[in-house]
Amino acid sequence: MEVWLPVFFAFAMGLALLIYVVLDGYDLGIGILLPLANDEQQDTMIAAIGPFWDANETWIVLGIGILLIAFPLAHGIILSTMYIPVTIMLIGLVMRGIAFDFRSKAVSHHKQMWNYIFFAGSLISSIAQGWMLGIYITGLGSGWINYLFSGLIAITLPALYILLGSAWLLIKTEHELFDKAIGWAQKSILPMGFALLLVSIATPLVSSTIADKWFSFPDSLWLLPIPVLSTGIYLGLLWLVYDTRVLRSPREWLLYAGLIALCVLAAAGLAYSILPDIIIGRMNIWESAASTPSLLFTFWGTAVVLPSILMYTFFVYRIFRGKATTLNYD
Amino acid sequence: MDLDPFVLARAQFAANISFHILFPSITIGLGWILLFFRIRYTLTRDQNWEYAYYFWVKIFALSFAIGVVSGITMSFQFGTNWPGFMDRAGNIAGPLLGYEVLTAFFLEATFLGVMLFGKQRVSNRMHLIACALAAFGTTLSAFWILSLNSWMQTPQGYVLEDGVFQVGSWLEIIFNPSFPFRLTHMLIASLLTASFLVIGISAWRMRREVDGPATLKVFKAGIAIAMILTPLQIVVGDLHGINTLEHQPAKIAAIEGVWDTDSAVPFTLFGLPDEETRSTRFAVEIPFVLSLLLTHDPNGVVQGLNDFVGEHPPVAPVFWAFRIMVGTGMLMLLVSWWGGWQVFRRKQKPGPWLLRATSVMAFSGWVAVLAGWYVTEIGRQPWLVYGLMRTEEVVADHGPGVMLTSFSAYMTLYVLVLLAYIATVRYMATKPAASLEAAIREQKPPKIAGEPL
Ligand code: HDD
Ligand code: HEM
Ligand code: HEM
Repeated sequence: MEVWLPVFFAFAMGLALLIYVVLDGYDLGIGILLPLANDEQQDTMIAAIGPFWDANETWIVLGIGILLIAFPLAHGIILSTMYIPVTIMLIGLVMRGIAFDFRSKAVSHHKQMWNYIFFAGSLISSIAQGWMLGIYITGLGSGWINYLFSGLIAITLPALYILLGSAWLLIKTEHELFDKAIGWAQKSILPMGFALLLVSIATPLVSSTIADKWFSFPDSLWLLPIPVLSTGIYLGLLWLVYDTRVLRSPREWLLYAGLIALCVLAAAGLAYSILPDIIIGRMNIWESAASTPSLLFTFWGTAVVLPSILMYTFFVYRIFRGKATTLNYD
Repeated sequence: MDLDPFVLARAQFAANISFHILFPSITIGLGWILLFFRIRYTLTRDQNWEYAYYFWVKIFALSFAIGVVSGITMSFQFGTNWPGFMDRAGNIAGPLLGYEVLTAFFLEATFLGVMLFGKQRVSNRMHLIACALAAFGTTLSAFWILSLNSWMQTPQGYVLEDGVFQVGSWLEIIFNPSFPFRLTHMLIASLLTASFLVIGISAWRMRREVDGPATLKVFKAGIAIAMILTPLQIVVGDLHGINTLEHQPAKIAAIEGVWDTDSAVPFTLFGLPDEETRSTRFAVEIPFVLSLLLTHDPNGVVQGLNDFVGEHPPVAPVFWAFRIMVGTGMLMLLVSWWGGWQVFRRKQKPGPWLLRATSVMAFSGWVAVLAGWYVTEIGRQPWLVYGLMRTEEVVADHGPGVMLTSFSAYMTLYVLVLLAYIATVRYMATKPAASLEAAIREQKPPKIAGEPL
């Protein structure tokens, strides 16, 4: 068995899921925020995610796909253990996906109904994803402590998504909606930070495997930059959001960029905590890996195709740069 | 009633994939038809093709969205319902699904954005390229998933080690014996589904008198496509059947309701296959024809179901599904050639009966596609990987309560979505063409980007 192949795929999977959180996070967040806006603003909010949401969702398909391709044993165990939250998340994703398209085509008096379905679907999927992340970190544990922990993450993740959504709206909108988005960011950033802190404290408590890794000196010194940098960035974002001068200059993208940095750090921390396990405390990436010829076959495909996906994704984001209200004019 | 989780897992998987396939079977074909509209406009500058594009791209977008979300559901179902399948066949199924995601899903999803929302932002040429890439993406996606499905039907190129499939040769796996037939048959099926939708809705608009000059053009284009493709589909279907006879004789025996191996076998037009008595009751038969069809010799020998006791699929559903598919195909042939004769040969406007018939058949593609897949999938039972892995060996052991809850949740959702879909398509089709044309002529930009006009 080629030792490096499972490592490569573990990172590729992590990367796909990280990109998923950062990208689909903003459109899920905007979905959750939708009922807070008026009619016209809702249209603009939808316009701000219109060309992107479909491709954004594809990243979770890739993430799960890599889990399936590279770690079939873990894939079966993880997905069948999480049967219920997965089903709930899928139903949420179906609801929002169809609501998105129906709302612009339906009779106008149905529009409000589709807005609510879009909102509900976004909220349900976000909560389910948070729950799944929680269960995953506990090593697919059950029992009330693990459920409490998962519940905590289930409310943290939507808060993060709301913040990402507000940050995206800053980039894509102007005037009143822009002001509203700043307000939403202000309201969500503190609870999100608090919840993140709680999660960090609780994580070593629910998982002894993770606790060992975090508190085994001197190895864990490598980990130190993560909390330090995260705190620094978080404080910077707090300042950005409350002292709104920078956001009101043409550097409104800083909030989104800062959040990406936070997500990257969180992912790095998670990777350090989990790897080389794929199911914490039970199975590592080599034990669950598919056979080498299969992995090699996919490796070459990934190596060629992934960069081109990133390239055309970038290209399409460039086509749609600028404020969403002016979308389609040119 | 005995609520076996195994039965529920199968029913749920079948319900989900049946719902999913409705939408790809529209989008794969409609994508190319839309590209055709755009190319016609680019070449002729006839504004009507633009109207046609704007009208149909909305239905495309709607179908695509449902296809995507129900597809995401599908990609989780392998893990949630058939973990054992991935444990044992993951080395082969995984990469094929992976290539679908990598090469097809990102391509179609990303360029769909440009196709729907980028018209005013990119040049006409770039927009044409985006349309072509989106259509190509859907086709590529069919390529990979059908390769996997065909491999499960006619496996080769593998090595079995301790019950786990290992890769022997990728080329043999991807291009397994039933794949070329299945891919061709499915792509044509999709183009037929889309063209009958196009014909049917245009006819419906003419009957309602909300049509414009573009509507007739679209109607004729659809008729032309259907006239060419229906006969082709019948030929491909026949070849597909002969290929199946070689690899899955039990499936063909079920399709034809043949119980005893015999020579000079008659073709059973209709009848009631009964597994209790192992006979087909009330059979209406045409002598010699089945032997002729399958072996190209009126006295050829056809294997019967009694050679496969315990190893053959349930007969009645396969038998009936096949007749529904072929019957729909024959209807399609009849209607498209009748239409072609009216509008091309006699150069008339389509008459009221033609309009009525075609609008009734707007969704006939769905009937044939579902029936066809039921033949294929039920026909391979009790095997999941033909001859090698039984379906019951790999099911997940969720409690019946959980399965029943999720199953009813999915079903409720799907029924509601389907109703909303049909109601919305109907609503869009009812808008007078003149108002849409006026909006495009004035180049009134749509208020928001989430609304492709
Ligand atoms: C013959 C065609 C065909 C068949 C048999 C299937 N699909 Fe499919 N699927 C498509 C053709 C397609 C398609 C045409 O590519 C999509 C894109 C939009 C649409 O309407 O269907 C699609 C969308 C789609 C998506 C969303 C892609 C995106 O994000 O853009 C996923 C994850 C799947 N499918 C997964 C599956 C799985 C796991 C299947 C089998 C068990 C399956 N599909 C059967
Ligand atoms: C797209 C159209 C498809 C339709 C309408 C369809 C329909 C069905 C149906 C009706 C069953 C249940 C059969 C039974 O239990 O008697 C089934 C089972 C199954 N199909 Fe398909 N199928 C489709 C495509 C696919 C594809 C592309 C794959 C895999 C690549 C696939 C894999 C399976 C599996 C794993 C089962 C479960 C085993 C079983 O219940 O028999 N199917 N499908
Ligand atoms: C009229 C003559 C037709 C014949 C003789 C025919 C033959 C067949 C056969 C033998 C199969 C089963 C293959 C197998 O699993 O081994 C099949 C499957 C199928 N048919 Fe047909 N067919 C016809 C028309 C149509 C039409 C008009 C459509 C749709 C518009 C259609 C759609 C399908 C689909 C979607 C499948 C399942 C996928 C596959 O296995 O290719 N067929 N057909």
